[in-house]
Amino acid sequence: MKFILMMHAPRQGWETAGIGTWPPNDIKAHIGFMMDLNKDLRESGTLVSGEGLDGPERAKLVRARAGGGAPITDGPFPETKEFLAGFWIIDVESAEQAYAVAARASAAPGKGGVPLNMPIEVRQVMSAPPVEQ
Amino acid sequence: MNDARISSEHEHLLRDLAPQVLGAIVRRFRDFAAAEDAVQDALLAAALQWPTEGLPDNPRGWLIQVAARRMIDLARQDMARRRRETADVAAQPDHAQVVPAPDSGDVIERDDTLALLFMCCHPSLTTSSAVALTLRAVGGLTTAEIANAFLVPEATMAQRISRSKQRIKVSGATFALPTLEARAERLTAVLHVLYLIFNEGYASSAAADLIRTDLSHEAIRLTRRVHGMLPHDAEVAGLLALMLLTDARRPARSGPNGELIPLDEQDRSTWNRVVIDEGVTILTAALARGATGPYQLQAAIAAVHDEAARAEDTDWPQILALYTLLMRATDNPMVGLSHAIASGMVYGPDAGIALLDRLSQDDRVAGHYRLDAVRAHLLERRGDRDAAVAAYRTAAGGSASPPERNYLLLKASRLAGQL
Repeated sequence: MKFILMMHAPRQGWETAGIGTWPPNDIKAHIGFMMDLNKDLRESGTLVSGEGLDGPERAKLVRARAGGGAPITDGPFPETKEFLAGFWIIDVESAEQAYAVAARASAAPGKGGVPLNMPIEVRQVMSAPPVEQ
Repeated sequence: MNDARISSEHEHLLRDLAPQVLGAIVRRFRDFAAAEDAVQDALLAAALQWPTEGLPDNPRGWLIQVAARRMIDLARQDMARRRRETADVAAQPDHAQVVPAPDSGDVIERDDTLALLFMCCHPSLTTSSAVALTLRAVGGLTTAEIANAFLVPEATMAQRISRSKQRIKVSGATFALPTLEARAERLTAVLHVLYLIFNEGYASSAAADLIRTDLSHEAIRLTRRVHGMLPHDAEVAGLLALMLLTDARRPARSGPNGELIPLDEQDRSTWNRVVIDEGVTILTAALARGATGPYQLQAAIAAVHDEAARAEDTDWPQILALYTLLMRATDNPMVGLSHAIASGMVYGPDAGIALLDRLSQDDRVAGHYRLDAVRAHLLERRGDRDAAVAAYRTAAGGSASPPERNYLLLKASRLAGQL
């Protein structure tokens, strides 16, 4: 079964306390942690795909409206407390295995090596219907 | 290669021979990963040479000889591996050390497919690994085809397969048929893997997924081979019959937009009668042997459905009796759901709902959306529209499959429109 793991970073403090403000060694440790995680997922035959996303400052909101047209609104969007920083899609045997990967990703090291404990939203990817009896 | 018919005949032959050749090479050289590479090389050589030079007199012997030569090349290139093989051989009893010539009759006449299948479905592997390895080593599908069938990147599937081989090596699994005592349990694992492969293909055979490698037909092909090797095993026959009797209904199972069509609304004239007849024949012979197991019971249920010319002709008392037996044989709560449906058909919706109420006490299924889906059907039949609409919607919210969710939402919507 496939799951998407969506990694949310707190929007508050992105500019003041985000990864851009960490000392170089902490940034390196964080990147190294993520690379190790991705390598393990790849080598265990689990990873379907995974991407990091550009920052929320450059996000746009597009919404079609009645009567035609779809205006583009510039981000960031103050009403959102967290933003999607990246995601993984993994193929595992159980939800528990997906939770375990999410728990590992959540504790990625931040400033001073302190675990970030980011919220990781885990959702099952829809699949084929069951075989009828 | 211009004649597509001839090349497809070659391809068919190569796929049948591949596991036998791989088995022979693994048995002789005891190195699964290297043997697979060598057999791939031999198959490639055959695909290139046979169309122009003609089919050799003994295609299997030809492939074994080419693969064995390739193995020897590999061993020569790798002295360390050679030393390890020497140590392996030294650890074998004398009688096992007599290595037959690659083209000798002893190797040629022996079909190692079954031993290979037992190895690929080894208990040390997770089911998804066993499925992948079986399709690769026994089914002869390419890694790309398997990756496509399971909608994962090829590199991911390649890793899964190579880790499975590694795990088999570490677990010390031997390439041999299991002992008589272990055989029943190991065969259960093999049949389970084949059943999962079939279901994976059948479940995804909705219109949107037609481009996926046809796993159902691959599972039927492999199960047919196991049935050919173990013709007296009633459960192997039962599984083959179950696959055929289910697959026969495939054309009627989904609409033009991939929406699910339930059994009672299917156009039965599109069911494949030839396949149904074959399934019934195989099942009848298996049932005559006694010791009726879960696959035979499921096949028997499928046969009762398949033999009804119209949905209203279905022999529900017979199906209910079979589900009662199946519940005793498996202790699977999902079987309890089907049992409740059958009971509702025989004794009326209230009887089915009473069984569902009991079933919802079982922690393994409590809160499962399929409970709501079955309840919705029974409530609808009882004429309880409001409650049925609500149950259909609850069920739709719990389904992890778009075609199924759409079907449940449509049921709710149509029923609500009649209010």
